[in-house]
Amino acid sequence: MTDRFAATFAKPRPALVAFITGGDGNTAANLDALVAGGADVIELGMPFTDPMADGPAIQAANLRSLAKGTTTADLFAIAAAFRRRHPDTPLVLMGYANPMTIRGPEWFAAECAKAGVDGVICVDIPSEEDAELGPALRAAGVDLIRLATPTTDAARLPDVLNGAGGFLYYVSVAGITGQQQAAQASIDEAVARLKAATDLPVAVGFGVRTPEQASPIAKVADGVVVGSAFIDIIAQHGDAAAPYVETFTRSLADAIHGAKEIAA
Amino acid sequence: MTDLPNSLRTGPDARGHFGQFGGRYVAETLMPLILDLERHYRAAQADPAFKAEFDYLLEHYVGRPSPLWFAERLTEHLSGAKIYLKREDLNHTGAHKINNCIGQILLAKRMGKTKIIAETGAGQHGVATATVAALFGLPCTIFMGAVDVARQQPNVFRMKLLGAEVVAVESGAKTLKDAMNEALRHWVANVHDTFYIIGTVAGPHPYPELVRDFQSVIGDEAREQILEAEGRLPDMLIAPVGGGSNAIGLFHPFLDDADVEIVGVEAAGEGLDKKHAASLAGGRPGILHGNKTYLLQDEDGQITEAHSISAGLDYPGIGPEHSWLHEIGRVRYEPVTDAEALASFQKLTRLEGIIPALESAHAIAAAERIAPTLGKDKIIIVNCSGRGDKDIFTVADALGVEL
Repeated sequence: MTDRFAATFAKPRPALVAFITGGDGNTAANLDALVAGGADVIELGMPFTDPMADGPAIQAANLRSLAKGTTTADLFAIAAAFRRRHPDTPLVLMGYANPMTIRGPEWFAAECAKAGVDGVICVDIPSEEDAELGPALRAAGVDLIRLATPTTDAARLPDVLNGAGGFLYYVSVAGITGQQQAAQASIDEAVARLKAATDLPVAVGFGVRTPEQASPIAKVADGVVVGSAFIDIIAQHGDAAAPYVETFTRSLADAIHGAKEIAA
Repeated sequence: MTDLPNSLRTGPDARGHFGQFGGRYVAETLMPLILDLERHYRAAQADPAFKAEFDYLLEHYVGRPSPLWFAERLTEHLSGAKIYLKREDLNHTGAHKINNCIGQILLAKRMGKTKIIAETGAGQHGVATATVAALFGLPCTIFMGAVDVARQQPNVFRMKLLGAEVVAVESGAKTLKDAMNEALRHWVANVHDTFYIIGTVAGPHPYPELVRDFQSVIGDEAREQILEAEGRLPDMLIAPVGGGSNAIGLFHPFLDDADVEIVGVEAAGEGLDKKHAASLAGGRPGILHGNKTYLLQDEDGQITEAHSISAGLDYPGIGPEHSWLHEIGRVRYEPVTDAEALASFQKLTRLEGIIPALESAHAIAAAERIAPTLGKDKIIIVNCSGRGDKDIFTVADALGVEL
């Protein structure tokens, strides 16, 4: 685990993990707003033409970004500039296999390390295809963050955890981003099961859109991931979204950071 | 045959790879289901009852075997190799697509799945899927790009008549690849009760393998039929390749016959320097829709739009086994343009009284190019993969005819 992840998850409070799509709206200003509002970990989405695990909001954000001409080089420039402005906030790139591997995994891993990226989430490289990206990232000191889902059974879980770093991302619904919310009981059960199997922090995402939804999840998890709700704000306010992003981030951060105190 | 140490027919390996191609590049949510599908497919392969039911339906419902037709007038016209047409256009629903749908719905039944989904471009696979869903009484949802819905209205209506729900996909470019994205999104949210009938030899393992196996009836029959007609194997096979299911179905039983030359035909659209759908000629390896294969893409790995006058070839990728056969040189892939296919569409119609699908017309065009360069003692089998009734509006439009 990178030092930034270790420091973030060592805090005695759950983390807000915030996702936005790179190149959609004023990304630098929105990233600053996320940090100012209290986000603990940033997931920067790499736009792809065919985001088949994403719901309508993030699909549209991908296409808006690409329509503006966002390139992979632009993404790494955004990441590197973020790292200069925010030396302590963990930064994760999230996206799809083809843009990550097209120049070879070593190239991608080296660019991540150079830009100060702490972790990578690749939606469509399961543990079975780890060779495509995992070894190069680990060699470059970048964490490969794995996804566990409601369909990940006990037999598979060790394979999913093998080679995983940073934190474990629990996809709480079998589905796509930004759609329905999982039942809290199923999240409680899953997080307990995952935490029994790994020392990695467990963050829960998919379908979490409000402080009210985030709070009970934060009671049991080490982090809560919110994405589509930020994307909706950016879609609505365009280049002037940063103040709205910051206000919304603060409401989420307050709910998540305080969740375990209320419980105690 | 497949036990030969040097056989080209033993792929994929246990992880679903054909050389560097293929694999299982799917979201974690789908991975357990893919593994489950593979287990059930292995069990079905070992079960004589499964094969018996498949064979029964192919014979009595699809109408197999499809004839191998000696195209005498086309042969005379070209004054070269003898041309035989494998008449997949005569199958129920008018194309080879039904072979695979029969196999997959039998698998769905074995797995206890109660809902069927599929993607479709021109609508042929959608119609074939809706057909088998009707036959088995299962609810069926077909995902189709909104652009394709608009330009393929007869097939949309056919699917609805068959009881399927047709979802017009508004995301992305609103064509086949977006329909596949949307089908995957639906599947991931409904894995517990839904079977996804993929229409071509692409997608995550084991789909490329099982679709190939179900389509190999084409080549198995052709082999038997040409031995009956000519007493020997052909010198060449030619088939059109979009995703490549009809082609691999014809090719696979002949891969180990070194004397049989094999040609796959890619859609060169307006030309390889313009808009086209030739993934091998104009693309490079990448990862999309669950497998690694040749893709049309830019330097950042963003997928670019394909173009072909034939909606069935209008896809920016190709099945992974074709990518492998291309790289090892066992199959030669040649481009044919929209204009060439359009000319061959009309030529075959006039010379043989067979209106081929525009997909199949690409293979006819390649045969027209190659046959005159071969001696009259040579034999070519061309896969007439579908009938062209669905294409008459497209062809009329291209010829400037108002219907």
